[in-house]
Amino acid sequence: MSYHIVVCGSIVPDPLQTLEPVAGPGGPALKNEMMLPAVLDPWAAHALYEAANLAKAAPGSRVWLVSVGPKAKLQQVMMHVAQKVPFELVVMDGPAGGFVEAADTAAALAQAVEGIAGLEKDRLLLFGGWSSASRGTGATMQILGELLGVTEQFQGVDELRPADDGSFEVKERIEGGGYLRSRCAGAPAVLGWATGNLPEPPNNPQVGMQNMRLIMPALQKARPAAVGAAGVAYKAVELPGARRQTRIVKDAPVDDIAREIVEWIKG
Amino acid sequence: MEKILYLAHPEENGALGRTALEALAAARGLAAGLGAEFSVGLLGGSVQAAADSIAACGAAAFFAAQGEALAASRYSTDAAACEALCRAAGATVVVAPATARLARCLPGVAQRLGGRVDSNCTGLTVEGGAPLVSRWYYRQRMVAAQTREQRPWVITVAPCCFIAEENLGGSASLQAVALPAVTPRTEVLGIDAPAADEQTIRPEAEMLLVAGAGWTKKQADGQSHPEEAAGHILGFLERTKASLGSSKSLVDLSGEGQSVLPFLTHLHQVGQTGATPRHKKGLATCCHGEEPHVVGWRFITERRAVNLDAGCGWAQGKADVLYVADAFAVMAKVNELLGK
Repeated sequence: MSYHIVVCGSIVPDPLQTLEPVAGPGGPALKNEMMLPAVLDPWAAHALYEAANLAKAAPGSRVWLVSVGPKAKLQQVMMHVAQKVPFELVVMDGPAGGFVEAADTAAALAQAVEGIAGLEKDRLLLFGGWSSASRGTGATMQILGELLGVTEQFQGVDELRPADDGSFEVKERIEGGGYLRSRCAGAPAVLGWATGNLPEPPNNPQVGMQNMRLIMPALQKARPAAVGAAGVAYKAVELPGARRQTRIVKDAPVDDIAREIVEWIKG
Repeated sequence: MEKILYLAHPEENGALGRTALEALAAARGLAAGLGAEFSVGLLGGSVQAAADSIAACGAAAFFAAQGEALAASRYSTDAAACEALCRAAGATVVVAPATARLARCLPGVAQRLGGRVDSNCTGLTVEGGAPLVSRWYYRQRMVAAQTREQRPWVITVAPCCFIAEENLGGSASLQAVALPAVTPRTEVLGIDAPAADEQTIRPEAEMLLVAGAGWTKKQADGQSHPEEAAGHILGFLERTKASLGSSKSLVDLSGEGQSVLPFLTHLHQVGQTGATPRHKKGLATCCHGEEPHVVGWRFITERRAVNLDAGCGWAQGKADVLYVADAFAVMAKVNELLGK
């Protein structure tokens, strides 16, 4: 059984960056957003690695990465991502910040997915992160699935095990550190990935060159995405309150430290 | 006037979980603030007991979507049931707990209803006669207060943000909702969870212990001591019944084939691509305290850390107390003092 795996994901600010909200023409934004170093959303990245791993095990499979984001920044991010695993890129040019509606993003993604030439919906697996490191609603994949008529959906996925008959078993995270195990009869399905179980692949320059041959044309023909925050009124966007006044305990005997910790635990 | 629907599902034991009861408090508060009525919608295998447990909550009606197909958590049947409940109630605002089951289906339900969803809301109030939610963005790096025009508006409420109300029991009269025919292609096989005495992820615990990559690094003698580290960590958990978390760097080590702490998985990860637990106290050990990890500590009230590096992230206003000390020695003594 081979699959057509469409991975949806966009860019987010590098996790080490200090972020500051500002009022933009279309609503809240990040200060100097276009200057901030960006990465592929971490959970979407896990989904991409899982997609590539599945495609490798299922000959005849194809992997696309569909992204709604500013194409200039996507190009920068792709220089790194392209070296990880083979994929074909599809781009919709538009904002990708946290203050853009999930419904708008899903609609743009649906438009992009519907436009993929040769995509076979009966072999379609829609992968993505179960949430994003920007908006964090955990809603885009579900809405996208509904727009594409895919009603077998899974979220918080850490494992997918395909069987020879086209069915597959899925493990989804649930409360309390457990997993819900399910068996789906087969594609099409939506899978919002958590971290999965694969490490980040090492850089492979050959894969990178192969990918970039298609990535650059994909960026150039990116269509505009109509995404925004219509209907939403942000009353306030703030950074968390003041930092804690850290008391640093140095050169203290281990016994004293341990006693203090135990008192705190029991207190 | 808004029509508010409180939407929830019972746990496996037939009772409403704590997060569901917290969301009920949020829904009741919203209704009171808007001067509006609210109704209750429950989905599950059998929901009468759950409905009876909140029969006195003040709801104008109790709608029920129940049956064998809804005993298990599955998108296709859950989405159909939730959609039916929302339509039966004529809901313009839906308030639900952000459980795994509802987080999976409610965004799709909002889409079916022509509405919008805001999930993991940490606050729900009324301003200017309209609901106002608070929620976090960029992995707990900033918080926004927002309202919207679109209806229906589905709001899921994060755990530990409202106080669950008690003593609401009685006898609820259920109105059964007609469910559309759904032919699911997903079969739920079961739940995989560690045995109770092996489970180290404990959302209900008062305390969180986070183990960082420093536990597996070479120590002063030039050797790494993973068995000893495991003993200290598990010994602490046994004595305190704390929940266990980890940094990304530590759980990633196992994926790279290195010998690490075998009881740690990606489920334990706290931080930007991990969990955001809500324990009252958190103790970070051998952990760097850098921002991608610390964003996961946003809702930990009291924070302390043990690290040999006096300049680590915890010292930069991210912890209440940083003990600059060897965690192996400190935790050995802590466990000794805690006793068996």
